Amino acid sequence: MSTHIGFDFIPPDVPGKVTGEIKYAEDYKREGMVFARLLTSPLPSGRVVSIDTSEALRMDGVVGVFTADDLPPVAPPGNPALASEYVTYVGQPILAVAAITEEIAESAIDKIRIDFERRDFVVDPIESLTPGGSNAYPEGNVLVRTREEGPEGAPIVGAEIRDIKWPQSAIDAIKSGKEPVGGEFTTEWAFGDIDAGFADAAAIIEEPFVTIGYPHHSLEARTGMAYWENGKCYFHGSSQSQSANNAGLARMLNIDLADLVFINEATGGGFGSKIGPYPFMAITGNFSRVLNRPVQLRITREQEFYIGSARSGMQGWIKIGVKENGKVSAVDLVIVNDGGATGGGSGNSSAQHVTVAYQPENMRYRGISVYTNTTPRGAQRGPGQNEMAAVLAPMTDKAAAAINMDRVAFRRRNVLDSNGFQGGSQGPVTSAFVREALDQGKRVFGWDEKLALPKQNGSKVRGIGVGIGYHGAGGRGYDGLVRIAPDGKLYIHSGVGNLGTYSYAGTCRAAAEALKMPWDRCEIMRGRSDNHLPHSSGQGGSNTIFTHTRTNWVAAQDAITKLKEIAAADLGGSADDYEIGDERVYQSADSSKGLSYAQAAQRAMELGGKYSGQEYPDDINPLTQLAVQGLAGTGLIGVSKDNIPGQGQPPGVIVGFCEIEMDKDTGKYEVLDYTAIADCGTVVHPKNFDNAMRGGGVWGIGLAALERHVYDPQNGLPANTGLYQSKPPTYLDVNLNTKVGAVNIPDPQNPTGGRGIGEPTQGASAAALASAISDALDGHLFNTAPTTTDMIINHLAGNTYSTKSLKTNTF
Amino acid sequence: MHFNTTKNGAMSVNSKLTRRRFIKGVIFSGAAATTGTGIYLAANAQSGQSAAERLVTLNINGRNRPVDVLPTETLAYTLRYKLDMTGTKIGCNRGECGACTVLIDGVPNYSCSVLSHNVKGKAVVSIEGVKAADGTLHAVQQAFIAENAPQCGFCTPGQVMSAVALLNSNPRPTKEEAAAAMSGNLCRCGAYEHYLNGVLRASGQLA
Repeated sequence: MSTHIGFDFIPPDVPGKVTGEIKYAEDYKREGMVFARLLTSPLPSGRVVSIDTSEALRMDGVVGVFTADDLPPVAPPGNPALASEYVTYVGQPILAVAAITEEIAESAIDKIRIDFERRDFVVDPIESLTPGGSNAYPEGNVLVRTREEGPEGAPIVGAEIRDIKWPQSAIDAIKSGKEPVGGEFTTEWAFGDIDAGFADAAAIIEEPFVTIGYPHHSLEARTGMAYWENGKCYFHGSSQSQSANNAGLARMLNIDLADLVFINEATGGGFGSKIGPYPFMAITGNFSRVLNRPVQLRITREQEFYIGSARSGMQGWIKIGVKENGKVSAVDLVIVNDGGATGGGSGNSSAQHVTVAYQPENMRYRGISVYTNTTPRGAQRGPGQNEMAAVLAPMTDKAAAAINMDRVAFRRRNVLDSNGFQGGSQGPVTSAFVREALDQGKRVFGWDEKLALPKQNGSKVRGIGVGIGYHGAGGRGYDGLVRIAPDGKLYIHSGVGNLGTYSYAGTCRAAAEALKMPWDRCEIMRGRSDNHLPHSSGQGGSNTIFTHTRTNWVAAQDAITKLKEIAAADLGGSADDYEIGDERVYQSADSSKGLSYAQAAQRAMELGGKYSGQEYPDDINPLTQLAVQGLAGTGLIGVSKDNIPGQGQPPGVIVGFCEIEMDKDTGKYEVLDYTAIADCGTVVHPKNFDNAMRGGGVWGIGLAALERHVYDPQNGLPANTGLYQSKPPTYLDVNLNTKVGAVNIPDPQNPTGGRGIGEPTQGASAAALASAISDALDGHLFNTAPTTTDMIINHLAGNTYSTKSLKTNTF
Repeated sequence: MHFNTTKNGAMSVNSKLTRRRFIKGVIFSGAAATTGTGIYLAANAQSGQSAAERLVTLNINGRNRPVDVLPTETLAYTLRYKLDMTGTKIGCNRGECGACTVLIDGVPNYSCSVLSHNVKGKAVVSIEGVKAADGTLHAVQQAFIAENAPQCGFCTPGQVMSAVALLNSNPRPTKEEAAAAMSGNLCRCGAYEHYLNGVLRASGQLA
């Protein structure tokens, strides 16, 4: 019987958040600390001809200037921490100045003289693919991967920049919403025979679409503070992850893994933009070493817009064939991604969403990602999947209508199940119960009842919608580390970061559950590398709940084995004769014969070897090895790599149901109801599940209705660098009575039954809202994300100018 | 930064771009500032002010605190960097997000947009001053814990301050009234409902 999994608890960092006592990177000070500020590019594209820092360096209080020359060179297409010769977007960091106050550093930046040569720039990927169009980089305009793409958030390795232009006919085609025949792509895959699939179709839908990128706008602009002591770098960073930073950051600082202490007690949001060590961290750490002083580099809100990454935009075209019985027989999908200054796109992930939503019998995907002179792009909450969900939902409704099928029934007919597949390689999943989620959601929302209600009420019109959000939700092969100390307590060492999801705490419950430990007898060790933290996944990709309930479970199993072996050695019999409970290991036949956990820990220290961490498995990561070495001799050590057998991707899927009331005189609408049901296996921590579902729901409103980049195509300047211009949803934009639930069927490949849900929460909400907007307007398709109020009112007024132009960075 | 640019010779989609049009674009978008909004808007360390003029006494959380304050220093900066009260967060430093909210004579204010010199003689309450002297958390703080309201927590001190101010003036707000009162506090994680449920709980409206 479960004692921890599925029960509420208070994560230990919550009280510090409501009192303000918990520390973020910029809350730390250090004797002798100096303040660094960035000088950033005023141009969308150019070449740095010369930099004159002499006047700045002569100022009282200025202690140094740090430029690209102080860092190892980064060859294109890498995203350098500081631009060397070429600048490729407004806001790109060029150098840092350190001074005894931030004010002096700011003033010093005003004294620096730079000569630039302007270069042509481009903010629209289609413009760049046009014959004679500008390229964002001197080397070209398209990122071509020569090695397989890493996990989301991973730096781009194995890639080159090429110059690709499409024939004018293909440009004209995509601009007019047609298939861009003759256009060159860099990613292509297919399964089945799409021509045969379309021949089987009773109805075919063909639609263009555009989704616009937007910044993460994490509320904590990324701050770093670094200092060096006895050859070790102590780095206070702003990161979603903990241990996932160490290897990469140690490389950036050119030091051994053992010489980096990465400290991150709390992080003010990341949403994909702070998964691993970002290039910018190299400045803080290396500048501190050069100056031999603690350096705090805090950036502004505006700079966070520039370098804090953003969702990629996409311009695309899709053709969907549907059979009489409702089965999707064929999909043909084209996506041109706006890769911004870093070039990476998420088209393949968008295509993956289509495979999960439709399980099409035949499908082809063609994609290309084009550099533009706009901010760097990277992973943002369901990158690809979620924006695709938003534009696909109304098209799905249209397909259902074409064969006279209910919209929920159509999704039920097509969606992923446990025997289904995801992605172009049609890989298996661990389990999936989306049909059950649809049934539950339909009931809770009252779909049939709401369908039967009148739609019109004076100038107001109601719309109801349904949508699906999906993301892969788990990884394998990371390490778990627990310690039972002579005080009898269980110390769970977690390398999971604290990004606000509390997954670091939820996953630790698996170790407590396995060892049958009361929660108040457990301590989570985390937040800084010198707490001896194991190798862990990055906290991105919705993976942590699945990944690290497993690692903590296997570490606990190792501890249990050792408890039993120690008891058998001391009290006789074999390990199999023992069991655990009530913080003891005891003989199954006679529970009076046993050792308390405290006694067993003491015995482990006396026995040494594997029992107290002097020896450890040879398949654990070097970082975990360091952690175990640090703990050796301090108690009974449970350590293991997650070698739980199994295959397939654990999927996280949410279904959303949305009801809106739209005012046809203004185009404004209110969300009357939002219901979301998750298929995420067993809910590990119910209260936190609610947070994730509601927070993701808010993000969906931003994606579907509010947030977008706006670049001025004439000057290449961003027009909405601040929060109020970007319009992240506020209290007044969201439904305040969201209903959330879960199917709660355990995943067979996780000992706790859990899978992640972080990202699909947004996709489901965005899709359901887009579907409801379309429903309110008698099935009109905007094919845009976001669909803003001005687009709606223009549509109602018979104007098309705000929606007909398929541009990713509109003005 | 001073910068000069020269144009390369290649034909481009922007070849008609004149310097005048470029500058207009800069003004329109408001995005050409190269260093952004710093801690200080236009402070000058060498301002020549005497120490006597800069030494002020601020009433923070019921205590008088003498502090050396520059003429253009914001209250958020003074709290965080001069008084080591880092619970007040700076999310935008330009009056957009509310993470730096403090109470001035009981009224919630964005401390990033208030000059420290302007709060002389006023009672400032920051997040550090919300709990009772014996350490008991304020009802709002207890309720936020019970509702698991914070996610990343960076906006939370500001949310607490706005909720405290709301309940001082309206002890039993409806959810909608609470949403309106707290709408100056952005939560990028989207934990709005949890904060509102916390307000209802703190006001005894939620069991």
